[in-house]
Amino acid sequence: MRYFVSLTVVLAVLWLGLSGVYKPLLFGLGAASIVLVVWLTERMEVLGAEHDPATLSWRLPIYWAWLVWQVIKSNIAVARAVLDPRRIQPTLIELPADQRTRVGRVTYGNSITLTPGTVTMRLTSDGDGIQVHALLPEAAEDLRQGEMARRVRWLEGGD
Amino acid sequence: MTELLVNLLSGAMMLTGGAFAVIGGIGVVRFPDVFTRLHAAGITDTLAPLLIIGGLMMQAGWSILSFKLLLILLFLLFTTPTASHATARAAVVDGLQPLLGAARRKGDGSSNT
Repeated sequence: MRYFVSLTVVLAVLWLGLSGVYKPLLFGLGAASIVLVVWLTERMEVLGAEHDPATLSWRLPIYWAWLVWQVIKSNIAVARAVLDPRRIQPTLIELPADQRTRVGRVTYGNSITLTPGTVTMRLTSDGDGIQVHALLPEAAEDLRQGEMARRVRWLEGGD
Repeated sequence: MTELLVNLLSGAMMLTGGAFAVIGGIGVVRFPDVFTRLHAAGITDTLAPLLIIGGLMMQAGWSILSFKLLLILLFLLFTTPTASHATARAAVVDGLQPLLGAARRKGDGSSNT
């Protein structure tokens, strides 16, 4: 039930935000499409924890703010490396991905890729390890410290 | 006065974003192999749109246009890591080995790409 409500709310906000024309006809069409989409997702049985747009609660904006700050810092580091390519020292490292849920591990992998200087190469099939290609030794060292992994665990609802 | 300030700030953000996009492009040319080039492309995928869309949102003010710009930014930030990851996977599956280790000069790895 929770999933129905959050999906409906997200779709409604999306419709209102993208439409911008507030007339009864368009409200009606919007409501009809929302009902149709929610009904379809229910029939397809894809609605659940992994597809719930609101799974991650109030912690998400805080994590995003932190992530944007990391992205800015690593961008500056990689931009310096572009201007002086002798700085680069590519390495492959293995990290533990001990997030509780699959969504958590994907979030961790995606966050690593989003920060320039580190790209997730693969998640091991049993799901508890992650292989990362790092451009600069400092970036690899930062990941080994595990700050980002801790933040993602916190995002999942850990302490 | 506030308008001038907003214009100056948003202009500065868009120019910096553009500069980072160009640096990302230079990096794609300069770096030795697929994997290192992905990192350079990452600049164009992240900080450049952040700054450019941030600047545009300041121009648009609190309006529906800003909301749409924000959606574009979110879409970019969710999809580009997936694309980078897919590129890296495809390169590995195709048998490319990443160049590892200390600094290499431009062109050293060209036979691998």
